[in-house]
Amino acid sequence: MKPAGHLIAAIMLCMPALAVAGAPAAAGEPVLRVCADPNNLPFSNAKEEGFENRLARMVGNALHARVEYTWWAQRRGFVRNTLKAGLCDVVMGVPSGYGLALTTRPYYRSTFVFVYRKDRAYDLHALDDPRLATLKIGLHVLGNDNPPPALILARRGITDNVIGYSIYGDYRDANPPARLIEAVARGDVDVAIAWGPLAGYFARQAPAELAVAPIDQPDDAPLPMQFSVSLGVRKGDHALKDRLDSVLQKLRPEIDVLLRDYAVPLLNAPPDMAASGP
Amino acid sequence: MSPIVRRAGTLLLACTIVQGAAHAAQDIGSAMNDDSQWIMPAKDYASTRFSRLDQVNAGNVKQLQVAWTFSTGLVHGHEAAPLVVGNTMYIVTPYPNYLYAIDLKGEGGPLKWTYKPHPERASQGVACCDVVNRGAAYADGKIIFNTLDDHTVAVDAETGKEVWKTKLGEINLGETMTMAPLVVKDKVLVGNSGGEMGVRGWITALDVKTGKQAWRAYSTGPDADVLIGPDFKPFYQKDRGKDLGVSTWPPGQWKMGGGSVWGWISYDPASNLIYYGSANPGPWNPAQRPGDNKWTSTIFARDPDTGAAKWAVQYNPHDLHDYDGVNENVLVDLDLGGTPRKVLLHPDRNGYLYMMDRITGQIISAPPFAYSTSIKSIDLKTGLPALNEDKTPRQGELVKDICPAAPGGKDWQPSAWSPRTRLLYLPHNHLCMDVTASEVGYIAGTPFVGMEVKMNDAPGGYGGVFSAWDPVAGKEAWSIREHYPVWSGALVTAGDVVFYGTMDRWFKAVDAKTGKELWRFRTGSGIIGQPITYKGPDGKQYVAVLSGVGGWSGAVVAGGLDKKVPYGALGFVNAVKDLPDDTAAGGMLYVFALPDAKP
Repeated sequence: MKPAGHLIAAIMLCMPALAVAGAPAAAGEPVLRVCADPNNLPFSNAKEEGFENRLARMVGNALHARVEYTWWAQRRGFVRNTLKAGLCDVVMGVPSGYGLALTTRPYYRSTFVFVYRKDRAYDLHALDDPRLATLKIGLHVLGNDNPPPALILARRGITDNVIGYSIYGDYRDANPPARLIEAVARGDVDVAIAWGPLAGYFARQAPAELAVAPIDQPDDAPLPMQFSVSLGVRKGDHALKDRLDSVLQKLRPEIDVLLRDYAVPLLNAPPDMAASGP
Repeated sequence: MSPIVRRAGTLLLACTIVQGAAHAAQDIGSAMNDDSQWIMPAKDYASTRFSRLDQVNAGNVKQLQVAWTFSTGLVHGHEAAPLVVGNTMYIVTPYPNYLYAIDLKGEGGPLKWTYKPHPERASQGVACCDVVNRGAAYADGKIIFNTLDDHTVAVDAETGKEVWKTKLGEINLGETMTMAPLVVKDKVLVGNSGGEMGVRGWITALDVKTGKQAWRAYSTGPDADVLIGPDFKPFYQKDRGKDLGVSTWPPGQWKMGGGSVWGWISYDPASNLIYYGSANPGPWNPAQRPGDNKWTSTIFARDPDTGAAKWAVQYNPHDLHDYDGVNENVLVDLDLGGTPRKVLLHPDRNGYLYMMDRITGQIISAPPFAYSTSIKSIDLKTGLPALNEDKTPRQGELVKDICPAAPGGKDWQPSAWSPRTRLLYLPHNHLCMDVTASEVGYIAGTPFVGMEVKMNDAPGGYGGVFSAWDPVAGKEAWSIREHYPVWSGALVTAGDVVFYGTMDRWFKAVDAKTGKELWRFRTGSGIIGQPITYKGPDGKQYVAVLSGVGGWSGAVVAGGLDKKVPYGALGFVNAVKDLPDDTAAGGMLYVFALPDAKP
C-alpha cells in the first residue's frame, strides 16, 4: 500500500553514506540516517517523542547533520532489514557488544525491575523472594528467547502464576509493550517484571502510584539483570563509530539529563564497561 | 448457483469452463486426474506429486532442454509450485504476492495478466522466515492463494479480476500466511503462520463462492475452539481427555501458544477426512511452559465440511527443538504383510517417518529417515518419542550435536510418491545444532539472553540428502548426498524420473528406481520451489520449476545476512555459509522439454 516507502528507501540508498562521517560533499547538507521503531515509547516514535529521538537530534546537531528516519518495527530482523540493508547508518539503542552491529561506548546502563503499586508496599528486590511463588506476575514474552528474570523464575518452577504479555502486542495500539505496566496499575497483575527504561517511563504516567525497584543480580544464575546500551552502526563502519564515540563523550552531561527526564532507572557503569560487553 | 452434487468424492458439476482452453479446466476431482494439468501444488488430494505423463522418461531425459523462461522480478525465496489450468500457467510469488498468468499457447510463454494484491508493506517486518509463499490452488474457475498480510484471495482464472478477498488474521498481532490453500468440495482450507510471534494457530474453511468463513479450528485452547466433540476418537491414551488444549499449559498460556498451520493439507475423499499438522509451541521458552502444550506439533484428521476433529496424534509433546508437525501427509494404500491398509506417510521434522493408519490414527511404524540424536525411537504402543535427555537444551549450558537441527530431518519441502516404484522420494536435511544461551538479543527495546543456535552439517560433511524410502520395508532404497539441505519439492513421473532442485543451482533428474543421475541443468539461482510437469497445447510434456533461493535456509542470500555471523536466521547461516559463493537471489521460472524430433 505504500510504494512511497520503497521509493524513499531507494533514494536514501543513493545518498552518500557519509554524510556524517564528515565529507559534506557537493551532495549538500550532511545527514544522520537513523533506523527506529515508529511506535515504541519511551525509545522512539514517528512523532519523535522518544529519548532515542531526542538523542538523535542532539547527536545530529553536534555533527551539524540533519536527522532522517527509516521507520521499522524493532522485531526480529530489524537490524538485518534496516541497518544491514543500508537503509540507515545508526540505530540509537542496542546492547553494548551486540553481535549484529558495531557498538559505540555505552551511553547508559539500566536493569530489569519489579513494578508494583505503591499501596501494596511489597518492597521486592530479589527473584528468590518467596512471595513470588504466589503473587500474580506479569512479564513480557519475547519469542522463544525470553528476558533473564523470566528464565530464572521458570527455573524455580514459578510458571503457573505468570501471565505473559507479548512484547509485540497489537501494533495498531500506541506503544504495545506499555500494556504490561498498565496491567499493574489496574491490578490485573500484582507485580510486573520489565526492562527499566520502559517500566520507569510508563510507571510515571500510570493512573496509580507505582514503585519501580531494580532486581538484584541473583548469585546462582549467570543470567544478567543489567545491560549497557550503546549506539549501533554497521559492522566495519569504524569511522562513524569513532565520531559517535567522541560526540557521546561530549554530550555526557546532557544525555544524563535526558535519561532522567524519561525516568530511566540508571546504574553506574562498571569501570571497564566502556570497552565492551554488557 | 447450482447446488454442488457430490458422488464418490468428485464434483460432478463443473462450475466454470475456462474459455478457449484446448483442455478445459473441469471440477477438481477430474482436473487433478488430468495429467496435462497441475491444479494444486501437491498434484492431487493424496499429495503424491506423481504424474502419469511419460513422454519424458529415464531413457530420453538426458535430452531435456530449456523451452522458455520467465523472470518474476523478485529476490526473495521462491517456494511455490506453478499451476497449469487449461492452457494457462499461474505463478504466485513471495511478497508482494503477485499472481502471474502466462499463456501456454503463445510462443515462449507470453504474459496474459498480473494480479497484484498489494499486501501491507509492514507484513515484511512480522514474517519470521523470509517472506515466502508456497503456492496457489485452482477451483471453481478461480485461482486461490494467501497473501503475507493474512488475506485469502480468489482471482478469476480467465480474466485476472479479483472475485473475493477475505481477511483472516492480523499482521499487527504477528500473524502472516504463507501456506498454499487446499480446496475440498466447496471449502477453501487455509492456515496461519507466526508461532514465534505469539500467535495462536488455526485452520479455517472459507466458502469457495464467496470467501465467507465456514468454520475455524484453533490448535490450542478449549475443545470447543479446537472443534473437538463427540466424534473425536484419538488412538492413543496420551491424546484423550477434556480440554487438553488448556490443561496441558500453565494457566492461560494457550492463548498465545503457537501451533500455527503453515504446511500441507491432504484429503481422502473415501473417508471424507482432511489431514494436516500444527507447528511448534511458542513464543514461550520450554522451561516456562511445562506440560504437553497441546495441540502443538500434532496431526489432526478432520471432517472438511464441519471442521470436527476425528482423531489427533501429538508427535512431539512439549516440543524442545522447534519440531513442527506441519510436513506433508502422503495418502497411499499399501499391502502390509498380506493386509491392505489405508495409510498416510509423514516424514516429521523430528527425523522419523510415521506410517499411520489414516482411518484410526494408529502409528504402524516410525523408523528414522534422518540422522537423529535427540530422539532414540518412537514407541508404537504409546505414540511417544523416547527423548535423549542428554540433548535437552539447558539454560547456561552448551549442548552439542542435537540432531536433527531446528529445521528438522525434513522441513516443509514436500516429498513425492510413485505408485509404480512404491517409493517415497524425500528431499531433506542433514543438519545438527549446538545450543547454548549467551547471545545478547534486543527486541522492542528489551535486551535478553537468547539461545544461541549454531547449525552444522551432520556427520559426513554434507548438509542435505535426497532419498527414496520404501515404507513397507521401513528403510531407504537409495540416497543422494547434497552439499546443502535439499529445500525444493520432489516430482516423480510415470517415465520413472524423479526431479528435484538444489540450493547450489542444480535442477536434477534421477532414475526413480536406482537414484542414478540422468540429467542436470544449472539454473540462475538456487532452487527451493516445487517442480511440476504438464502437457502443453502442442501435446508435448513440459517440466517447470521456479528458481530463486531464499526461505529460512537461503536467508543468508535473500536477506543479505552476514555469513561470518554463525547465528543469523535462527542459526541457519552457519550450515549454509558457503551459499553466497554458489548462488545469488532472483526469481526465474524455467520450463523444460525434449527437443522436437528431427524430420
